[in-house]
Amino acid sequence: MQHALLLSVGLFALGALGVFLRRNIITILMCIELMLNAANLAFVAFSNHLGTREGQILVFFVMTVAAAEAAVGLAIVIALHRGKDTLDVDAFSVLKW
Amino acid sequence: MTMDFAALLFYAFGALALGSAIVVISQRNPIYSAFALIVTLCSLSAIYGLLGSPFIAVLQIVVYAGAIMVLFLFVLMLLNVKREGRDPGDGRTLKGVALALAVLLALQIGTVLMRARLGPARPLDASTEKMARDLFSLPYLYVFEATSVLILAALVGAVALARKDS
Repeated sequence: MQHALLLSVGLFALGALGVFLRRNIITILMCIELMLNAANLAFVAFSNHLGTREGQILVFFVMTVAAAEAAVGLAIVIALHRGKDTLDVDAFSVLKW
Repeated sequence: MTMDFAALLFYAFGALALGSAIVVISQRNPIYSAFALIVTLCSLSAIYGLLGSPFIAVLQIVVYAGAIMVLFLFVLMLLNVKREGRDPGDGRTLKGVALALAVLLALQIGTVLMRARLGPARPLDASTEKMARDLFSLPYLYVFEATSVLILAALVGAVALARKDS
């Protein structure tokens, strides 16, 4: 169980590294999904150790929210691409102060 | 080194998940990243099965690898993304700082989790029937119905955002 938690921490750190370093918006969204999966793994590991099902029920709802968020995020990406014809994050700097 | 089969499988799938996660964040071509993410999701599903959660394991394949990643690949093919270009100028410094911050993050979260004083392990009964009974009875019934409204809102939002203004 401790090893499952270590795997969860490793995956989360890798996802955060990807969000920080990548410049393609869709790759950044995929790294966010990686972080969500790392959190799901931690929930399932705790549910397995503590013997309750509540961790897994929460995983169910996290998956649902992740699906909704991925759909809306990709719709935003499509709308952005239609405006500027690029997926580079550095190109969308209108809201920078 | 004697290790029972379940532990061996866990380490194998864990290594596969970590390896393909590294491929996700390092590949220049986003299609390769998407495929590597599918491999990560499937190996995580196997780990969920090993951790006594058959319902969540199947749901991971059906929802994550089967719907969300297919949606990602649709959008990638639709927008016809090319390989990411090289970073201008300060590539090395940024990567070094990012790696140091990620290691720091992992150490912080890892320390907190490893110091958790848990009791002894208790047996888990997470069959699909028990999970369904939990989901469809109070209080999770409210959350269940609320997520259906959430999905409706996401559907309307996605259609509204991606529509061509004609």
